[in-house]
Amino acid sequence: MTLFIEQCLNGLQFGLLLFLLAAGLTLVFGIMDLVNLAHGSLYMIGAYFAATFAAWTGSFVLGAVLALAATLMVGMAVEVIAMRRLYGRDHLDHVLGTFGLILFFDESVRLIWGPEGMSLPLPSWLNTSVEILPGVQYSSYRLAIIVITLAVAAFLYGLVMRTRIGMLIRAGASNREMVGALGVNIKLLYTLVFGLGAALAGLAGLMQAPILTVQIGMGENILILAFVITVIGGIGSIRGALVAALLVGFIDTVGRSYLPDLLRLVLTPNAAATAAPALSSMLIYLLMAIVLVVKPEGLFSAGGK
Amino acid sequence: MTPALNLRTIAIVALLAALLLLPVYSELVGNRFVLTLFTRIVILALAAVSLNLILGYGGMMSFGHAAYLGIGGYAVGMLAHEGIFSGFVQWPAALAASALFALVIGALSLRTRGVYFIMITLAFAQMAYYVCAGLARYGGDDGLTIYKRSEFVAPINLSNKVQFYYLCLALLLAAIYLVWRIVNSRFGLVIQGARSNDTRMGAIGFPTYRYKLVCFVIAGTLCGLAGALLANHTDFVSPATMYWTRSGDLIIMVVLGGMASPFGPLIGTVALLLLEEVLSGITEYWQIILGPLLLLVVLFARGGIDGLLKQLMAKVRS
Amino acid sequence: MSGPLLQADNLAKRFGGIIASDDLTLSVASGELHAVIGPNGAGKTTLIAQLSGQLTPDAGHIRFAGNDITLLPMHRRSALGLARSFQITSLFLDLSVLDNVTLAVQAHAGHSFRFWRDARSQTELRQPARAALARVGLTARADQPASALSHGEHRQLELAMALAGNPRLLLLDEPMAGLGPEESARMVDMLRALKRELTILLVEHDMEAVFALADRITVLVYGRVIASGAPADIRADRQVRDAYLGEAEAAHE
Repeated sequence: MTLFIEQCLNGLQFGLLLFLLAAGLTLVFGIMDLVNLAHGSLYMIGAYFAATFAAWTGSFVLGAVLALAATLMVGMAVEVIAMRRLYGRDHLDHVLGTFGLILFFDESVRLIWGPEGMSLPLPSWLNTSVEILPGVQYSSYRLAIIVITLAVAAFLYGLVMRTRIGMLIRAGASNREMVGALGVNIKLLYTLVFGLGAALAGLAGLMQAPILTVQIGMGENILILAFVITVIGGIGSIRGALVAALLVGFIDTVGRSYLPDLLRLVLTPNAAATAAPALSSMLIYLLMAIVLVVKPEGLFSAGGK
Repeated sequence: MTPALNLRTIAIVALLAALLLLPVYSELVGNRFVLTLFTRIVILALAAVSLNLILGYGGMMSFGHAAYLGIGGYAVGMLAHEGIFSGFVQWPAALAASALFALVIGALSLRTRGVYFIMITLAFAQMAYYVCAGLARYGGDDGLTIYKRSEFVAPINLSNKVQFYYLCLALLLAAIYLVWRIVNSRFGLVIQGARSNDTRMGAIGFPTYRYKLVCFVIAGTLCGLAGALLANHTDFVSPATMYWTRSGDLIIMVVLGGMASPFGPLIGTVALLLLEEVLSGITEYWQIILGPLLLLVVLFARGGIDGLLKQLMAKVRS
Repeated sequence: MSGPLLQADNLAKRFGGIIASDDLTLSVASGELHAVIGPNGAGKTTLIAQLSGQLTPDAGHIRFAGNDITLLPMHRRSALGLARSFQITSLFLDLSVLDNVTLAVQAHAGHSFRFWRDARSQTELRQPARAALARVGLTARADQPASALSHGEHRQLELAMALAGNPRLLLLDEPMAGLGPEESARMVDMLRALKRELTILLVEHDMEAVFALADRITVLVYGRVIASGAPADIRADRQVRDAYLGEAEAAHE
């Protein structure tokens, strides 16, 4: 039972982390109509920066804050140098161009940091566990991740729904020329939105660094999940991204833990052991396939933020 | 495709001649590596030709095409692992598996458009990747070694590198011809119309979904053949062949060479793989150059190399 | 044949709070040119969309040549002989002019799962395509990409594509849209020539053209039919004058 609760919390934590990533992706797509494959690269850079800065400063938190700022700046630089030229073009152009950026970032990281990957150890005060229910311990770091991502989600909601900037963001999504005609600096708005997306990706990257990985190619791995979430949730919808991310996080985590046992109920132990890893990976894609059959535009298609 | 004597035609003929004479060159100079490299180029060009059918002519941006390289390869590898080495069983199996996969994926994905389509094809290909990576019996993540190449009847011997090269080249040229005929047929005209204006196609009376699906299956099957060839070439098959970034590589080959042109994919594959060889000789970090180069091609040379040649011809004529 | 070629009964269509079609009944007799006019927002394009199958009516029925086509998808109506042209040019811009029309012909030439023979050299496709182009006067432009044509020529190509399938009924959605005086006159002559060969439902704003061509006119305002009959009667109808003709004639000065 305690294992189940732990798995559920892990699913929640993973889902929220995926939400950060997917929110950035869907925001950029919704507002600028830009498909950014290099979004995963920003996630990777966030993790690398965090590992480096934490080592330099000796402080995990300071390293994280600096990494966030650095990723934000890299994001905005990429927007000004490369992304601007892609707006308004065919989506194929976006895909190819940002694919080229992936190659560039991966190799640059390899050049600067080497092929080995890095580690980001947790400071002792975070490497503890907390008793959340009588008899149930849970990693305080993972709890911190849950809290922080929920706070960011709330912030995003407030930003998009309640502020004037959010209104501009939503308006920009529906009518670019109008917003420009209102005297709003569209170029600046886009740079900021892209930067926000980059920051979200970087935050996700640096937060997962101590528990998962800091290595080249981590961006490409997680990008697929972000795409699946965007498809399930509906492009342009942050609410959709949240719901889909939680679904995917749960199904993936809980599914992987319990699928072998479930399979053993119907198959021989041998067959179950063989089928389990393949099938657990497939679960979220099956979910996506089902959503596609029922509602091809996603659960909360564009408009519903 | 009017056989006019112009620069572009000469370039293509020269390329074909070079490919035909390559094994001779390789023998004369005593460089085996060149033969291996170009066998790989020819096989990947076949994959690119199949992608061009749906991408260049059909406008369907599939980001999961590398999956068929893997599926075709695994069909051969798995059967070989079970002791079935006959090419007459392996290769039809590879084609059938690819066709089936394309049918299912296509049926689901073609219900969507634009970005959704890109993401969905990508995700489904990743699914194939994870499934194969999870098959412990067939090597899982590490891949599967193939100890004997596909067997046909004597005198066909795929272990003979020169023979194998010519077989691949023959299949590539046959595929280029096949795609050319398809594209100019009634079916091809419907596919191009659907690329150009899908709504209008519906209005004039075409249920485009079924045509696009058939096109998708043809492309997947052809790529499955390339997969079977690739598995034989490397005597090895691994999930890495299907990783989504490999699909990106295929798209680069098609775009770099020139979409919606019969020889474009071949030109693109030759260009990309040769570029890789040259650049990696210069620096280990050659992708730092390739990445931005790709972006520049997208921004300024969208028609690819074939497009540039055509533009050059137009300028020369005027 | 007995009965009208096209019969729409009590069509209703809403978009949220907007009523685009309100208990709309219309009939088009075989061989006539029936014009539909009305101010902007009257629901004319929505009407065409429902008749052609792009939209499904919320209520009501549509009968074509005796068949109930209310729920029939677009491509099936096309096969029955109901063709439509678009108000906003919707062509295959990256294909040649001839290819554009060939596709329209091909749609009516059985299934297209033929993978080998070169389509462009097939006489059974080429001849009707060239004939349709000749009818609208675009023969000289046959081999050029559709994107190279002027706006007026685009409207001609639209018409050619609609004609290519040898339809029985042609739904024309503002074929004069954006045409200058010379081009408009040419289009009117073309339509007059076509009148003899097939039945036409014409949606138009150009009143000169409408009164020059129409056998019968139906007037739509806010999705409702307020008058329907011979041109002279429509001209004289008080309701129509108040609602539409007055402002329309003023606008066209």
